[in-house]
Amino acid sequence: MMRCQIVSSSRVGRAPRAVFFLLASLVAFGWLFVGGVAAQGGGELRFCLRSEPKTFDPLKVEDDASESIRYLTGGVLVRMNRQTQALEPGLAQSWEVSKDGRGIAFKLRSGIAFSDGTPFSAEDVAYTVQQLMDPALHSPTGDAFRSGPGNVETKIISPTQISITFPAAVAGLDRLFDQVAIVSAHSPKKEMAVLGPFVVADYKAGASVLLKRNPNYWKSDAQGRKLPYLDSIELDIQPNRDVEMLRFKRGEIDLINSLDSEYFDKLAATSPQQVHDAGPSLDSEQIWFNEVAKAPIPAYKRAWFRSQNFRRAISEAINRDDLSRVVFHGHAQPAVGPVSPANKFWFNGKLKAEPYSPDTALKTLQADGFRLDSGVLKDRDGNAVVFSIITNAGNKSREQMAVMIQEDLQKIGVHVNVVTLDFPSLIARMTQTFDYEAILLGLTNVDLDPNGEMNLWLSSSDNHQWNPEQKTPETPWEAEIDKLMRAQASSADAAKRKEAFDRVQEIVYEQAPFIFLINKNALSAVSPAVHGAHPVILHPQTFWNAEQLTAGK
Amino acid sequence: MTAWRRFACALLLLVVSVSLAASWLAPGGYARQYREVAGAPPSAAHWLGTDEIGRDRFARVLYGTRISLLLAPAAALLSTLMAALVGGLAGYLGGLWARVAMAATDLFLSLPWLFLLITVRAVMPLNVSPMASVLVTFSMLGLLGWTSAARVLCARTRSLRDADFVRQARASGIRGMRLFWIHVMPNLKPALYAQFWISIPVFILSEANLGILGLGVAEPMPSWGSLLRELEGLTSIGEEPWKFVPLILLVVVVTLFQFVLSKQEEVAA
Repeated sequence: MMRCQIVSSSRVGRAPRAVFFLLASLVAFGWLFVGGVAAQGGGELRFCLRSEPKTFDPLKVEDDASESIRYLTGGVLVRMNRQTQALEPGLAQSWEVSKDGRGIAFKLRSGIAFSDGTPFSAEDVAYTVQQLMDPALHSPTGDAFRSGPGNVETKIISPTQISITFPAAVAGLDRLFDQVAIVSAHSPKKEMAVLGPFVVADYKAGASVLLKRNPNYWKSDAQGRKLPYLDSIELDIQPNRDVEMLRFKRGEIDLINSLDSEYFDKLAATSPQQVHDAGPSLDSEQIWFNEVAKAPIPAYKRAWFRSQNFRRAISEAINRDDLSRVVFHGHAQPAVGPVSPANKFWFNGKLKAEPYSPDTALKTLQADGFRLDSGVLKDRDGNAVVFSIITNAGNKSREQMAVMIQEDLQKIGVHVNVVTLDFPSLIARMTQTFDYEAILLGLTNVDLDPNGEMNLWLSSSDNHQWNPEQKTPETPWEAEIDKLMRAQASSADAAKRKEAFDRVQEIVYEQAPFIFLINKNALSAVSPAVHGAHPVILHPQTFWNAEQLTAGK
Repeated sequence: MTAWRRFACALLLLVVSVSLAASWLAPGGYARQYREVAGAPPSAAHWLGTDEIGRDRFARVLYGTRISLLLAPAAALLSTLMAALVGGLAGYLGGLWARVAMAATDLFLSLPWLFLLITVRAVMPLNVSPMASVLVTFSMLGLLGWTSAARVLCARTRSLRDADFVRQARASGIRGMRLFWIHVMPNLKPALYAQFWISIPVFILSEANLGILGLGVAEPMPSWGSLLRELEGLTSIGEEPWKFVPLILLVVVVTLFQFVLSKQEEVAA
């Protein structure tokens, strides 16, 4: 929401000159004083949410807007430092994961209260965990903890000590608590009583959310000053990116998260100090072919799509450097596989992005009986290689990538029809009718741990996009991926988990069920009025350290 | 023919002629990607610069103009013929026929056409060539855009049905479809011409709307709609003024079509 101040200038000219100077000096002193204080602390931070928050209940969060509010208002037991990617103590002073990976014990801080004054204790943690795991609540955050059938046991040892035992091992158990905002078991304000740095003070549906400093927030800085520094955060609900950009340029908002490369360059041209490129993000863009047995596509096309050589040849014929340079103006990196190099621990460093080589692609295709005939690639039965790639209409970068891939593949005689569909139609084809040949879409990763990708890699999963819901794995390599993913999920040994997931990445690279194209860079913009911002690649890029930010000229 | 009308016709003819000479004026074609100079400003090699993936904007404007200007009249012809059939017959036959035809027209009018087009596009086969997608897009526009014209033509036919010359023809023994084709239809011509000319800019704009949503003519084929998408994200007119050429051309051509209408056709419309 925009705030305007109208300054009246009536009758200033009639005041005696000495009085005018005195007033002017007072105003100037006042401005300097207020400005000085703002530079040290306080102030209001303003930025946009790109959609209406669907809930303020931290256990029911599933959309980005609600996630941002949960991050700013929720108190968590452990917090992952978005810059170092290491876990840091939050409401818990210390914690210990059991050897079998099923249990975790927390030692909590004492003397902490919720925003409404209700004291915080182990009882609140037990209540939160029970709520989280209640099947009736359908908590998306809770899904990550569901490792096997059975109930979760919580044992309150003392008001500051609690142990939680899950029915089966949960990989990366401590990291998952970064997403669990503790709710009060006793507060009459329910989920609106929070333990985070800010509290929801006002909500105007469709317009804005106002967060104010939580007076009971427990954290202080190194000098002993109470955090957060900011007085308030105003979040305007603004789905239109163009308007968001304009408002940033006018100084009406202070931050933009996830900036498009086009906007980034425009802003960089005029105000280079305001833009930040934090390097490759966890997000990727990829193509996959339809390998579903019951899909309504010709059998000869299904045979192409199920051929490892065909998929690898297509991958080899795509110029990823050009995609990064042209579509994303250099603010993207050719993708290697399912894990971005930004994921420091889990990325398999042995793998390199597929080099662009149409000649190698043609040789790979020849191994499967394909041949070039007057510039048209044909299979061994004489069928011309023609397929469609669908992507969602309105996404400019995906449409541009599809058109560039169309030209790249033309060089090896493959004719591609680019089709843009509205998103619901695309999803219906992708998940219900399976009436498509290839899809170009993106993958947003919010979790560094491979457990967050279980639903993607298990062949039985409905998100195993190229061939979902398999009763038994249809290929040996999918069976191996299933085995490796289950093995890493049930192990508490980080080295063993890493070994298993490295192999998964190698299989995906070799088999190319997803042809990974690029990893977008994490681009953001921060106004010079904001102090203390250090944009990073992980969500929320610009305000991950909101409690230490200040806003003021 | 007034001077303005003559001028508008000449200018339209010029635009059509230049677009037809696209392959000669822009031999590089509309699809070739000059990736090393993507997003370049106007130069001797690329008169209107290149688009974001390096395609020559001048070539794309010429080919896009050709597509929009050739197929919009085709769609207008299709919709006018359908309107003549439905509206003309409903007005002439009257009674139950008119009620059913007009109820169907009202039903079509009440449908949100944009969503209807999006739905039709979504259920179409995916593997269609860009040229086929152009034909399908404009055919859809033609098949869905006849309703307003049908109402006008129904009212016009109803007034003609009771005109003195039709009564006289009927008294002379001319009946049925013969009466319709020989005496009623020729008198519908001004209204038909008017509806045809009015429909052309409507279809050009409709395709542009679909193109802006990314649902019109398939890539890499250009159309005015897809070219207008380049204006997304522009924050000031002075930023890259050459990107406004398709918009200016669209406004000029739609305006010219209004001048082309004669007084008689304006009254009939």
